[in-house]
Amino acid sequence: MSERPIIRVQHVAKSFGTVAAVNDVSFEVFPGEIFAFLGPNGAGKTTTIRMLTTLLQPTSGSLELDGLDPTTHQTEVRRRFGVVFQDPSLDSELTAWENMNIHGVLYHVPRAVRRERSETLLRMFELWDRRDDLVKTFSGGMKRRLEIARGLLHTPKVLFLDEPTLGLDPQSRNQMWSLVKSLNAAERVTVFLTTHYMDEADRVADRIAVIDHGRLVATGSSAELKQQTNTESLEAAFLALTGTTIRDESASAADQMRQVVRVWRGR
Amino acid sequence: MSVVYILWLREVKKYLRSRVQIVASLGGPLMYLGVLGFGLAPVFQRAGEGSYMQFMAPGVIGMTVLFTAMFSGIAMLWDRQFGFLKETLVAPVPRIAIMTGRTLGGATVAVLQGTLIFVVTLIAGFRPVSVLAVPLAFLVIALIAAIFSALATAIGSMLTQMQGFQMVMNFLVMPLFFLSGAIYPLDGLPRVLAALTRIDPLTYGVDGVRGLLTGRTHFGVMVDVAVLLGVGVLFVVAGAWRFSKIEA
Repeated sequence: MSERPIIRVQHVAKSFGTVAAVNDVSFEVFPGEIFAFLGPNGAGKTTTIRMLTTLLQPTSGSLELDGLDPTTHQTEVRRRFGVVFQDPSLDSELTAWENMNIHGVLYHVPRAVRRERSETLLRMFELWDRRDDLVKTFSGGMKRRLEIARGLLHTPKVLFLDEPTLGLDPQSRNQMWSLVKSLNAAERVTVFLTTHYMDEADRVADRIAVIDHGRLVATGSSAELKQQTNTESLEAAFLALTGTTIRDESASAADQMRQVVRVWRGR
Repeated sequence: MSVVYILWLREVKKYLRSRVQIVASLGGPLMYLGVLGFGLAPVFQRAGEGSYMQFMAPGVIGMTVLFTAMFSGIAMLWDRQFGFLKETLVAPVPRIAIMTGRTLGGATVAVLQGTLIFVVTLIAGFRPVSVLAVPLAFLVIALIAAIFSALATAIGSMLTQMQGFQMVMNFLVMPLFFLSGAIYPLDGLPRVLAALTRIDPLTYGVDGVRGLLTGRTHFGVMVDVAVLLGVGVLFVVAGAWRFSKIEA
Protein backbone atom coordinates (compact mmCIF):
# COMPACT_ATOMS: atom_id res chain seq x y z
CA MET A 1 0.00 0.00 0.00
CA SER A 2 1.35 3.44 -0.85
CA GLU A 3 -0.88 5.30 1.59
CA ARG A 4 0.65 6.53 4.84
CA PRO A 5 -0.16 4.11 7.68
CA ILE A 6 -2.56 5.40 10.31
CA ILE A 7 -0.93 3.15 12.92
CA ARG A 8 2.76 2.42 12.87
CA VAL A 9 4.39 0.23 15.52
CA GLN A 10 8.16 -0.14 15.24
CA HIS A 11 10.23 -2.48 17.40
CA VAL A 12 8.01 -1.86 20.39
CA ALA A 13 8.70 -3.64 23.66
CA LYS A 14 6.92 -3.40 27.00
CA SER A 15 8.12 -5.03 30.17
CA PHE A 16 6.51 -5.23 33.60
CA GLY A 17 9.43 -5.85 35.91
CA THR A 18 11.17 -8.89 34.49
CA VAL A 19 8.17 -9.99 32.42
CA ALA A 20 8.28 -8.99 28.75
CA ALA A 21 4.63 -8.53 27.73
CA VAL A 22 5.47 -7.22 24.25
CA ASN A 23 8.82 -7.93 22.63
CA ASP A 24 10.11 -6.17 19.49
CA VAL A 25 6.74 -5.91 17.74
CA SER A 26 6.43 -4.05 14.43
CA PHE A 27 3.42 -3.66 12.14
CA GLU A 28 1.44 -1.06 10.22
CA VAL A 29 -2.28 -0.48 9.79
CA PHE A 30 -3.64 1.56 6.89
CA PRO A 31 -6.59 3.98 6.83
CA GLY A 32 -9.95 2.28 6.38
CA GLU A 33 -8.61 -1.18 7.15
CA ILE A 34 -10.17 -3.67 9.53
CA PHE A 35 -7.11 -5.09 11.24
CA ALA A 36 -7.38 -8.10 13.55
CA PHE A 37 -4.73 -8.57 16.21
CA LEU A 38 -4.94 -12.17 17.34
CA GLY A 39 -3.14 -14.15 20.00
CA PRO A 40 -3.66 -16.55 22.89
CA ASN A 41 -4.35 -15.29 26.42
CA GLY A 42 -1.47 -13.20 27.75
CA ALA A 43 0.12 -12.88 24.31
CA GLY A 44 0.37 -9.08 24.51
CA LYS A 45 -2.74 -7.93 22.62
CA THR A 46 -4.25 -5.78 25.35
CA THR A 47 -0.85 -4.36 26.33
CA THR A 48 -0.35 -3.25 22.72
CA ILE A 49 -3.80 -1.61 22.66
CA ARG A 50 -3.09 0.10 25.99
CA MET A 51 0.13 1.54 24.56
CA LEU A 52 -1.61 2.73 21.39
CA THR A 53 -4.40 4.31 23.44
CA THR A 54 -1.95 6.27 25.66
CA LEU A 55 -2.64 4.25 28.81
CA LEU A 56 0.83 2.71 28.89
CA GLN A 57 4.22 3.85 27.68
CA PRO A 58 6.42 1.42 25.77
CA THR A 59 9.72 0.37 27.34
CA SER A 60 11.38 0.82 23.95
CA GLY A 61 10.50 1.29 20.29
CA SER A 62 8.19 3.83 18.68
CA LEU A 63 4.45 4.17 18.12
CA GLU A 64 2.54 6.42 15.78
CA LEU A 65 -1.17 7.04 15.41
CA ASP A 66 -2.10 9.29 12.53
CA GLY A 67 1.48 10.50 12.44
CA LEU A 68 1.55 11.40 16.15
CA ASP A 69 3.44 9.75 18.97
CA PRO A 70 0.97 8.65 21.69
CA THR A 71 3.64 9.07 24.36
CA THR A 72 4.33 12.73 23.57
CA HIS A 73 1.06 13.92 21.97
CA GLN A 74 -1.44 12.27 24.28
CA THR A 75 -4.29 14.74 23.92
CA GLU A 76 -4.07 14.99 20.11
CA VAL A 77 -3.87 11.20 19.81
CA ARG A 78 -6.84 10.71 22.15
CA ARG A 79 -9.04 12.87 19.91
CA ARG A 80 -8.29 10.53 17.01
CA PHE A 81 -9.42 7.20 18.39
CA GLY A 82 -12.40 5.57 20.04
CA VAL A 83 -11.99 2.50 22.16
CA VAL A 84 -14.11 -0.36 23.45
CA PHE A 85 -12.19 -2.00 26.24
CA GLN A 86 -12.15 -5.68 27.08
CA ASP A 87 -13.95 -4.87 30.36
CA PRO A 88 -17.18 -2.84 30.22
CA SER A 89 -16.63 0.87 30.73
CA LEU A 90 -20.18 2.22 30.79
CA ASP A 91 -21.72 3.83 33.83
CA SER A 92 -24.53 1.39 34.52
CA GLU A 93 -26.30 3.82 36.89
CA LEU A 94 -26.82 6.30 34.04
CA THR A 95 -29.01 6.03 30.95
CA ALA A 96 -27.71 5.25 27.48
CA TRP A 97 -28.28 8.87 26.47
CA GLU A 98 -26.40 10.17 29.52
CA ASN A 99 -23.46 7.88 28.80
CA MET A 100 -23.35 9.22 25.25
CA ASN A 101 -23.63 12.79 26.50
CA ILE A 102 -20.75 12.45 28.98
CA HIS A 103 -18.57 11.00 26.24
CA GLY A 104 -19.48 13.85 23.91
CA VAL A 105 -18.55 16.45 26.52
CA LEU A 106 -15.29 14.69 27.35
CA TYR A 107 -14.40 14.80 23.64
CA HIS A 108 -15.54 18.42 23.19
CA VAL A 109 -18.24 17.54 20.65
CA PRO A 110 -20.47 20.64 20.22
CA ARG A 111 -23.94 20.23 21.74
CA ALA A 112 -25.88 20.24 18.46
CA VAL A 113 -23.50 17.75 16.83
CA ARG A 114 -23.56 15.66 19.99
CA ARG A 115 -27.34 15.36 19.95
CA GLU A 116 -27.58 14.66 16.24
CA ARG A 117 -24.78 12.10 16.16
CA SER A 118 -25.97 10.39 19.36
CA GLU A 119 -29.40 9.95 17.79
CA THR A 120 -27.92 8.64 14.52
CA LEU A 121 -25.67 6.15 16.29
CA LEU A 122 -28.29 4.99 18.80
CA ARG A 123 -30.75 4.42 15.97
CA MET A 124 -28.11 2.58 13.93
CA PHE A 125 -27.26 0.35 16.90
CA GLU A 126 -30.96 -0.20 17.64
CA LEU A 127 -30.83 1.46 21.04
CA TRP A 128 -32.82 4.60 20.35
CA ASP A 129 -35.98 3.28 22.00
CA ARG A 130 -34.02 2.43 25.13
CA ARG A 131 -32.06 5.68 25.30
CA ASP A 132 -33.67 6.80 28.56
CA ASP A 133 -33.27 3.46 30.33
CA LEU A 134 -30.53 2.84 32.85
CA VAL A 135 -27.68 0.84 31.34
CA LYS A 136 -27.87 -1.66 34.19
CA THR A 137 -31.14 -2.91 32.66
CA PHE A 138 -29.42 -3.71 29.32
CA SER A 139 -28.34 -7.14 28.09
CA GLY A 140 -24.64 -7.84 27.44
CA GLY A 141 -25.11 -7.37 23.70
CA MET A 142 -26.89 -4.02 24.16
CA LYS A 143 -24.12 -2.78 26.43
CA ARG A 144 -21.48 -3.70 23.87
CA ARG A 145 -23.44 -2.00 21.08
CA LEU A 146 -23.75 1.09 23.23
CA GLU A 147 -20.02 1.10 23.92
CA ILE A 148 -19.27 0.97 20.21
CA ALA A 149 -21.81 3.72 19.48
CA ARG A 150 -20.22 5.82 22.23
CA GLY A 151 -16.72 5.15 20.89
CA LEU A 152 -17.81 6.50 17.50
CA LEU A 153 -19.56 9.61 18.78
CA HIS A 154 -16.60 11.94 18.26
CA THR A 155 -16.00 10.56 14.74
CA PRO A 156 -12.63 8.97 15.47
CA LYS A 157 -10.20 7.93 12.76
CA VAL A 158 -9.42 4.66 14.52
CA LEU A 159 -11.72 2.44 16.56
CA PHE A 160 -10.03 -0.02 18.92
CA LEU A 161 -12.16 -3.03 19.83
CA ASP A 162 -10.56 -5.22 22.49
CA GLU A 163 -12.46 -8.53 22.48
CA PRO A 164 -15.80 -6.75 22.03
CA THR A 165 -17.84 -9.93 21.52
CA LEU A 166 -16.60 -11.80 24.58
CA GLY A 167 -19.57 -13.44 26.28
CA LEU A 168 -22.12 -12.49 23.61
CA ASP A 169 -24.50 -14.93 21.96
CA PRO A 170 -24.03 -15.69 18.23
CA GLN A 171 -26.93 -13.42 17.23
CA SER A 172 -25.46 -10.43 19.06
CA ARG A 173 -21.99 -11.14 17.68
CA ASN A 174 -23.34 -11.40 14.16
CA GLN A 175 -25.29 -8.16 14.49
CA MET A 176 -22.36 -6.32 15.99
CA TRP A 177 -19.90 -7.24 13.28
CA SER A 178 -22.43 -6.37 10.58
CA LEU A 179 -22.71 -2.92 12.13
CA VAL A 180 -18.95 -2.52 12.45
CA LYS A 181 -18.50 -3.54 8.81
CA SER A 182 -21.13 -1.10 7.59
CA LEU A 183 -19.67 1.72 9.70
CA ASN A 184 -16.20 0.95 8.42
CA ALA A 185 -17.53 1.24 4.89
CA ALA A 186 -19.67 4.32 5.52
CA GLU A 187 -17.26 6.41 7.61
CA ARG A 188 -13.97 4.81 6.55
CA VAL A 189 -13.02 4.43 10.18
CA THR A 190 -10.03 2.16 10.70
CA VAL A 191 -10.89 -0.74 13.00
CA PHE A 192 -8.23 -2.40 15.16
CA LEU A 193 -9.74 -5.43 16.85
CA THR A 194 -8.76 -8.34 19.02
CA THR A 195 -10.87 -11.46 19.36
CA HIS A 196 -10.60 -15.11 20.29
CA TYR A 197 -13.27 -16.04 17.74
CA MET A 198 -11.36 -16.94 14.58
CA ASP A 199 -14.53 -17.06 12.48
CA GLU A 200 -15.13 -13.39 13.28
CA ALA A 201 -11.61 -12.37 12.29
CA ASP A 202 -11.91 -14.45 9.13
CA ARG A 203 -15.20 -12.77 8.28
CA VAL A 204 -14.47 -9.11 9.03
CA ALA A 205 -10.71 -8.48 8.93
CA ASP A 206 -8.85 -7.25 5.87
CA ARG A 207 -5.54 -8.18 7.45
CA ILE A 208 -4.53 -10.16 10.51
CA ALA A 209 -1.50 -10.10 12.78
CA VAL A 210 -0.80 -12.99 15.15
CA ILE A 211 1.12 -12.34 18.35
CA ASP A 212 2.40 -14.99 20.74
CA HIS A 213 4.59 -14.66 23.85
CA GLY A 214 4.87 -10.93 23.08
CA ARG A 215 6.31 -11.49 19.60
CA LEU A 216 4.60 -11.05 16.24
CA VAL A 217 4.61 -14.44 14.51
CA ALA A 218 2.68 -13.71 11.31
CA THR A 219 0.94 -10.92 9.39
CA GLY A 220 -1.25 -11.11 6.32
CA SER A 221 -4.75 -11.67 5.04
CA SER A 222 -6.71 -14.68 6.23
CA ALA A 223 -5.99 -16.44 2.93
CA GLU A 224 -2.27 -15.68 3.21
CA LEU A 225 -2.08 -17.07 6.74
CA LYS A 226 -3.88 -20.25 5.66
CA GLN A 227 -1.54 -20.61 2.70
CA GLN A 228 1.51 -19.91 4.84
CA THR A 229 0.56 -22.64 7.31
CA ASN A 230 -0.94 -24.99 4.73
CA THR A 231 -4.25 -25.13 6.61
CA GLU A 232 -7.92 -24.96 5.66
CA SER A 233 -9.25 -22.59 8.31
CA LEU A 234 -8.01 -19.53 10.17
CA GLU A 235 -8.38 -21.42 13.45
CA ALA A 236 -6.10 -24.18 12.17
CA ALA A 237 -3.64 -21.55 10.92
CA PHE A 238 -3.73 -19.83 14.31
CA LEU A 239 -3.02 -23.12 16.12
CA ALA A 240 -0.23 -23.91 13.68
CA LEU A 241 1.33 -20.53 14.44
CA THR A 242 0.84 -20.45 18.20
CA GLY A 243 0.77 -24.14 19.19
CA THR A 244 -1.83 -26.03 21.19
CA THR A 245 -0.52 -25.45 24.72
CA ILE A 246 -3.15 -23.85 26.96
CA ARG A 247 -2.05 -20.44 28.25
CA ASP A 248 -2.84 -19.35 31.78
CA GLU A 249 -3.49 -15.73 32.47
CA SER A 250 -3.75 -14.43 36.01
CA ALA A 251 -7.15 -12.91 36.86
CA SER A 252 -7.32 -9.20 36.24
CA ALA A 253 -8.33 -6.84 39.04
CA ALA A 254 -11.76 -6.55 37.38
CA ASP A 255 -12.16 -10.32 37.37
CA GLN A 256 -11.24 -10.42 41.07
CA MET A 257 -13.75 -7.66 41.82
CA ARG A 258 -16.50 -9.51 39.95
CA GLN A 259 -15.69 -12.57 42.03
CA VAL A 260 -16.11 -10.50 45.23
CA VAL A 261 -19.45 -9.16 43.96
CA ARG A 262 -20.64 -12.70 43.15
CA VAL A 263 -19.70 -13.84 46.66
CA TRP A 264 -21.59 -10.90 48.20
CA ARG A 265 -24.63 -11.65 46.09
CA GLY A 266 -24.45 -15.28 47.09
CA ARG A 267 -23.98 -16.75 43.63
CA MET B 1 -20.93 22.12 28.89
CA SER B 2 -17.64 21.72 30.71
CA VAL B 3 -15.92 18.50 31.69
CA VAL B 4 -15.94 19.51 35.36
CA TYR B 5 -19.68 20.18 35.26
CA ILE B 6 -20.64 16.92 33.52
CA LEU B 7 -18.59 14.82 35.94
CA TRP B 8 -20.01 16.76 38.89
CA LEU B 9 -23.53 16.22 37.52
CA ARG B 10 -22.85 12.49 37.14
CA GLU B 11 -22.05 12.14 40.85
CA VAL B 12 -25.09 14.15 41.92
CA LYS B 13 -27.48 12.27 39.59
CA LYS B 14 -26.23 8.92 40.82
CA TYR B 15 -26.74 10.00 44.42
CA LEU B 16 -30.25 11.32 43.87
CA ARG B 17 -31.22 8.09 42.08
CA SER B 18 -29.92 5.78 44.79
CA ARG B 19 -32.74 6.07 47.32
CA VAL B 20 -31.71 2.89 49.07
CA GLN B 21 -28.22 4.30 49.63
CA ILE B 22 -29.67 7.56 50.95
CA VAL B 23 -31.89 5.75 53.44
CA ALA B 24 -29.15 3.26 54.39
CA SER B 25 -26.65 6.03 55.05
CA LEU B 26 -29.03 7.53 57.63
CA GLY B 27 -28.60 4.42 59.78
CA GLY B 28 -25.27 5.30 61.41
CA PRO B 29 -26.06 8.92 62.28
CA LEU B 30 -29.52 7.95 63.57
CA MET B 31 -27.90 5.34 65.79
CA TYR B 32 -25.49 7.91 67.23
CA LEU B 33 -28.25 10.47 67.72
CA GLY B 34 -30.73 8.00 69.16
CA VAL B 35 -28.51 5.82 71.31
CA LEU B 36 -25.64 8.10 72.32
CA GLY B 37 -27.64 11.31 72.05
CA PHE B 38 -30.37 10.25 74.40
CA GLY B 39 -28.34 7.66 76.32
CA LEU B 40 -25.55 9.98 77.42
CA ALA B 41 -27.75 13.08 77.78
CA PRO B 42 -28.38 12.67 81.56
CA VAL B 43 -24.66 12.07 82.32
CA PHE B 44 -23.64 15.05 80.20
CA GLN B 45 -26.25 17.21 81.89
CA ARG B 46 -25.14 16.13 85.40
CA ALA B 47 -21.51 16.94 84.48
CA GLY B 48 -22.63 20.52 83.90
CA GLU B 49 -22.01 20.44 80.14
CA GLY B 50 -25.58 21.30 79.14
CA SER B 51 -27.64 19.55 76.48
CA TYR B 52 -25.84 16.62 74.88
CA MET B 53 -28.04 16.86 71.80
CA GLN B 54 -26.93 20.47 71.33
CA PHE B 55 -23.32 19.37 71.72
CA MET B 56 -23.48 16.25 69.62
CA ALA B 57 -25.61 17.30 66.63
CA PRO B 58 -22.79 19.22 64.87
CA GLY B 59 -20.52 16.22 65.47
CA VAL B 60 -22.99 13.85 63.84
CA ILE B 61 -23.34 16.21 60.88
CA GLY B 62 -19.52 16.29 60.62
CA MET B 63 -19.41 12.50 60.82
CA THR B 64 -21.97 12.17 58.02
CA VAL B 65 -20.07 14.54 55.78
CA LEU B 66 -16.77 12.76 56.51
CA PHE B 67 -18.15 9.29 55.76
CA THR B 68 -20.04 10.35 52.63
CA ALA B 69 -17.07 12.25 51.21
CA MET B 70 -14.70 9.37 51.91
CA PHE B 71 -17.08 6.98 50.20
CA SER B 72 -16.54 8.93 46.99
CA GLY B 73 -13.11 7.27 47.09
CA ILE B 74 -14.84 3.90 47.01
CA ALA B 75 -16.86 5.12 44.05
CA MET B 76 -13.61 5.80 42.23
CA LEU B 77 -12.31 2.35 43.09
CA TRP B 78 -15.56 0.95 41.72
CA ASP B 79 -15.18 3.01 38.53
CA ARG B 80 -11.64 1.80 38.22
CA GLN B 81 -12.57 -1.85 38.57
CA PHE B 82 -15.61 -1.64 36.32
CA GLY B 83 -14.08 0.47 33.62
CA PHE B 84 -15.72 3.92 33.65
CA LEU B 85 -12.49 5.46 34.92
CA LYS B 86 -10.72 4.21 31.79
CA GLU B 87 -13.31 6.00 29.66
CA THR B 88 -12.37 9.28 31.34
CA LEU B 89 -8.63 8.61 31.38
CA VAL B 90 -8.41 8.08 27.60
CA ALA B 91 -10.44 11.24 26.91
CA PRO B 92 -8.57 14.27 25.53
CA VAL B 93 -9.05 16.32 28.70
CA PRO B 94 -6.65 17.32 31.48
CA ARG B 95 -6.73 14.98 34.44
CA ILE B 96 -7.06 17.93 36.77
CA ALA B 97 -10.49 18.62 35.20
CA ILE B 98 -11.55 15.01 35.79
CA MET B 99 -10.27 15.11 39.35
CA THR B 100 -11.99 18.44 40.04
CA GLY B 101 -15.34 17.24 38.67
CA ARG B 102 -15.23 14.05 40.71
CA THR B 103 -14.09 15.82 43.88
CA LEU B 104 -16.74 18.53 43.63
CA GLY B 105 -19.36 15.87 42.90
CA GLY B 106 -18.32 13.87 45.96
CA ALA B 107 -18.29 17.03 48.07
CA THR B 108 -21.76 18.06 46.87
CA VAL B 109 -23.17 14.65 47.70
CA ALA B 110 -21.59 14.88 51.16
CA VAL B 111 -23.18 18.30 51.72
CA LEU B 112 -26.59 16.98 50.59
CA GLN B 113 -26.26 14.09 52.99
CA GLY B 114 -25.15 16.48 55.75
CA THR B 115 -28.23 18.62 55.06
CA LEU B 116 -30.44 15.59 55.46
CA ILE B 117 -28.87 14.80 58.82
CA PHE B 118 -29.16 18.44 59.86
CA VAL B 119 -32.92 18.19 59.30
CA VAL B 120 -32.99 14.95 61.30
CA THR B 121 -31.17 16.64 64.21
CA LEU B 122 -33.77 19.44 64.15
CA ILE B 123 -36.50 16.81 64.43
CA ALA B 124 -34.56 15.17 67.29
CA GLY B 125 -34.56 18.45 69.22
CA PHE B 126 -31.39 20.27 68.14
CA ARG B 127 -31.82 24.05 67.97
CA PRO B 128 -29.23 26.37 66.36
CA VAL B 129 -28.65 29.55 68.35
CA SER B 130 -29.36 31.68 65.32
CA VAL B 131 -31.03 31.07 61.97
CA LEU B 132 -28.50 33.43 60.37
CA ALA B 133 -25.64 31.20 61.52
CA VAL B 134 -26.99 28.21 59.56
CA PRO B 135 -25.76 29.35 56.09
CA LEU B 136 -22.34 30.13 57.59
CA ALA B 137 -22.23 26.69 59.20
CA PHE B 138 -23.00 25.18 55.82
CA LEU B 139 -20.00 26.98 54.34
CA VAL B 140 -17.86 25.17 56.90
CA ILE B 141 -19.68 21.92 56.13
CA ALA B 142 -18.92 22.44 52.43
CA LEU B 143 -15.27 22.98 53.34
CA ILE B 144 -15.18 19.72 55.33
CA ALA B 145 -16.82 17.93 52.38
CA ALA B 146 -14.31 19.31 49.86
CA ILE B 147 -11.33 18.44 52.07
CA PHE B 148 -12.30 14.83 52.62
CA SER B 149 -13.52 14.34 49.07
CA ALA B 150 -10.06 15.47 47.88
CA LEU B 151 -8.45 13.11 50.40
CA ALA B 152 -10.69 10.29 49.14
CA THR B 153 -9.59 11.04 45.57
CA ALA B 154 -5.94 10.88 46.62
CA ILE B 155 -6.49 7.58 48.43
CA GLY B 156 -8.76 6.16 45.70
CA SER B 157 -6.00 6.93 43.16
CA MET B 158 -3.54 4.79 45.09
CA LEU B 159 -5.75 1.79 45.81
CA THR B 160 -6.46 -0.96 43.31
CA GLN B 161 -8.36 -3.41 45.51
CA MET B 162 -11.59 -3.00 47.46
CA GLN B 163 -9.97 -4.65 50.46
CA GLY B 164 -7.59 -1.69 50.67
CA PHE B 165 -10.49 0.64 51.31
CA GLN B 166 -11.60 -1.49 54.27
CA MET B 167 -8.22 -0.74 55.79
CA VAL B 168 -8.65 2.97 55.07
CA MET B 169 -12.07 2.93 56.74
CA ASN B 170 -10.79 1.16 59.85
CA PHE B 171 -7.42 2.85 60.26
CA LEU B 172 -8.11 6.33 58.92
CA VAL B 173 -11.80 7.23 58.72
CA MET B 174 -12.86 5.80 62.07
CA PRO B 175 -9.91 7.42 63.93
CA LEU B 176 -10.65 10.72 62.15
CA PHE B 177 -14.18 10.57 63.52
CA PHE B 178 -13.42 9.39 67.04
CA LEU B 179 -10.57 11.89 67.50
CA SER B 180 -12.57 14.84 66.21
CA GLY B 181 -14.39 15.73 69.40
CA ALA B 182 -17.68 14.96 67.66
CA ILE B 183 -19.01 13.00 70.63
CA TYR B 184 -16.98 14.33 73.57
CA PRO B 185 -15.61 17.74 74.63
CA LEU B 186 -11.95 18.50 73.90
CA ASP B 187 -11.29 20.00 77.34
CA GLY B 188 -9.27 18.07 79.89
CA LEU B 189 -8.16 15.25 77.62
CA PRO B 190 -5.01 13.19 78.33
CA ARG B 191 -1.99 14.82 76.66
CA VAL B 192 -1.51 12.20 73.93
CA LEU B 193 -5.19 12.16 73.04
CA ALA B 194 -5.28 15.97 73.02
CA ALA B 195 -2.32 16.04 70.63
CA LEU B 196 -4.00 13.53 68.33
CA THR B 197 -7.24 15.51 68.27
CA ARG B 198 -5.29 18.57 67.15
CA ILE B 199 -3.78 16.89 64.10
CA ASP B 200 -7.20 15.66 62.97
CA PRO B 201 -8.67 18.11 60.39
CA LEU B 202 -12.21 17.01 61.25
CA THR B 203 -11.68 18.38 64.78
CA TYR B 204 -11.57 21.90 63.34
CA GLY B 205 -14.52 21.18 61.07
CA VAL B 206 -16.72 19.95 63.90
CA ASP B 207 -15.55 22.79 66.16
CA GLY B 208 -16.33 25.34 63.45
CA VAL B 209 -19.82 23.99 62.81
CA ARG B 210 -20.47 23.69 66.54
CA GLY B 211 -19.21 27.21 67.15
CA LEU B 212 -21.51 28.67 64.50
CA LEU B 213 -24.59 26.61 65.35
CA THR B 214 -24.34 26.57 69.16
CA GLY B 215 -21.86 29.29 70.10
CA ARG B 216 -19.64 26.71 71.84
CA THR B 217 -16.17 26.53 70.31
CA HIS B 218 -12.79 25.24 71.46
CA PHE B 219 -10.39 26.93 69.05
CA GLY B 220 -12.54 29.78 67.70
CA VAL B 221 -14.30 29.71 64.33
CA MET B 222 -11.65 31.84 62.59
CA VAL B 223 -8.88 29.42 63.60
CA ASP B 224 -11.04 26.48 62.52
CA VAL B 225 -11.68 27.98 59.08
CA ALA B 226 -8.00 28.94 58.62
CA VAL B 227 -6.85 25.39 59.45
CA LEU B 228 -9.50 23.87 57.18
CA LEU B 229 -8.47 26.11 54.28
CA GLY B 230 -4.81 25.20 54.76
CA VAL B 231 -5.51 21.47 54.96
CA GLY B 232 -7.91 21.82 52.03
CA VAL B 233 -5.19 23.24 49.77
CA LEU B 234 -2.84 20.45 50.87
CA PHE B 235 -5.36 17.68 50.19
CA VAL B 236 -6.48 19.12 46.85
CA VAL B 237 -2.85 19.33 45.67
CA ALA B 238 -2.20 15.78 46.95
CA GLY B 239 -5.38 14.52 45.27
CA ALA B 240 -4.51 16.19 41.97
CA TRP B 241 -0.97 14.85 42.07
CA ARG B 242 -2.02 11.31 42.87
CA PHE B 243 -4.78 11.39 40.24
CA SER B 244 -2.29 12.55 37.60
CA LYS B 245 -0.26 9.40 38.30
CA ILE B 246 -3.17 6.98 38.13
CA GLU B 247 -2.93 4.04 35.71
CA ALA B 248 -6.11 2.47 34.39
